[in-house]
Amino acid sequence: MDLSVKLPGLNLKNPIIPASGCFGYGREFAELYDLSRLGGIAIKSATPKERYGNPTPRIAETPMGMLNAIGLQNHGVDWIAENELPWLAQFDTEIIANVAGAVEEDYVEVIRRLNESDVVKAYELNISCPNVRHGGIGLGTDPALAAKVTRMAKEAATKPVYVKLTPNVTDITAIAKAVEEAGADGLVLINTLLGMRMDLKTARPLLANTTGGLSGPAIKPVAVRMVYQCAKAVKIPIIGVGGITTAEDVLEFLYAGASAVEVGAANFRDPYVCLKIIDELPAVLAKYGNTSVQEAIGKGLV
Amino acid sequence: MRDETAVILENTAIAPDIFRMVLRCTMEEEVHCGQFVQVQVPGYFLRRPISVCECIDGTMTLVYRAAGDGTREMSRMKEGDEVQIFGPLGNGFPLEKKDVILIGGGVGVPPLVETAKAYRSFGRNVTVCLGFASKEAVILQERFEQLGCNVLIATMDGSAGTKGTVIDALREEGIEEGFVLACGPLPMLKAVSEKYHDGYISLEERMACGMGACMGCVIPDQEGNAMRICKDGPVFAIGKAVL
Repeated sequence: MDLSVKLPGLNLKNPIIPASGCFGYGREFAELYDLSRLGGIAIKSATPKERYGNPTPRIAETPMGMLNAIGLQNHGVDWIAENELPWLAQFDTEIIANVAGAVEEDYVEVIRRLNESDVVKAYELNISCPNVRHGGIGLGTDPALAAKVTRMAKEAATKPVYVKLTPNVTDITAIAKAVEEAGADGLVLINTLLGMRMDLKTARPLLANTTGGLSGPAIKPVAVRMVYQCAKAVKIPIIGVGGITTAEDVLEFLYAGASAVEVGAANFRDPYVCLKIIDELPAVLAKYGNTSVQEAIGKGLV
Repeated sequence: MRDETAVILENTAIAPDIFRMVLRCTMEEEVHCGQFVQVQVPGYFLRRPISVCECIDGTMTLVYRAAGDGTREMSRMKEGDEVQIFGPLGNGFPLEKKDVILIGGGVGVPPLVETAKAYRSFGRNVTVCLGFASKEAVILQERFEQLGCNVLIATMDGSAGTKGTVIDALREEGIEEGFVLACGPLPMLKAVSEKYHDGYISLEERMACGMGACMGCVIPDQEGNAMRICKDGPVFAIGKAVL
């Protein structure tokens, strides 16, 4: 069965992409399987300079999900360009660079540096990280600011720009329309939902950062709803993400209007989950009367 | 490093809140002392990182504490049940051609069993100093004695062995220096690191992936660089990590 999907800058052999922050740069997973099996990889966020991230604990389990407050830990864009991208070049898969920052100029700086790389096929603007104090989610919750950073990114970028949206807003379609208007080539949604847990023994927040981003199957219905709403509101393609663990989940997102999906926290529970989904997807598509991935995209939009 | 369906041969309490799970699996052949596995407990999203206590003839023994809901559920799993384990993970304890002092506190004691076996297997003298809250909490003492180790016990309430910490017990025996390998609660590891300078400590942290990808379990080194406890550790040379 034809699982391929063509999106701006991305020729995906299948619609399965490990989500940024849940797969590092692939090195650990490459010990387990051939990364060329994947449709693409959204690599961990790059910022202009190295970031240590937040203190620990950074992780807390929740019912059917987890909270994280990593805080965009990374070695900085130069290090990534010099060490990780050349290594990733050996794989026949589409690399999406997740771009993060504190202010708009940071996004432009990272993009200018990565424009030189042949390995990166598209950008994913992270204006939705709930775990950094400035930037990130601050830009992603205001349509005007989201549009401004998108416009600046598009001017700087020599590759397509996808914008990764936060669900922590009243009306996600307003943000989606604003970034489409500003020239975004596609959307990725959703990032994590802001949450927290208390430690009963200490009567303090469990995470050192107090709050964290909720991911996992617990958020899947929210993600499907937002993909559906945005698919009806914009014309640019959507990559759906949020709580996917099975091929059936993927089909839900495709029906809701996603053209491809990212798989995040499920990689922590089962490091082989992306392969399993790719293997099971043809049978699941066929079971529900689809002859290709393309045919399933947006089938459920009413 | 791989995922395996293991079969539970035994899952019993050996002390209050402490359980021993014996698994039939093939992964045990690949385990190096001080490594851990990620255990999938039914009904829970993330896996539980549990250190390997011992490997014998196609079986792997995990000794773990029912500390929260997930490990409590793990303790209710039954003989004959299948359980998904991913591993072995982490670097484990180094094997140096030296006599060794193994220092364990509470549920940090189990990974020292396989470590003691390894050092005994090349004929080294192994002193084991184990710290617990009370006599009821003492685990694995006999196993270390069977392996021919010199075993010291410390309990905080004095109900077994030396009253006080592992440091008190070692001082009582006049063991003021040597090559140490330690696993246990953070205050114990800090005390060990202050007293001994030649050796390694094993750390724990809340983990998600357990394989170095998510950056959930980092600790800074002396230069402020992030080290992953699951992948770069859990064993670090004394003084390397900022505790």
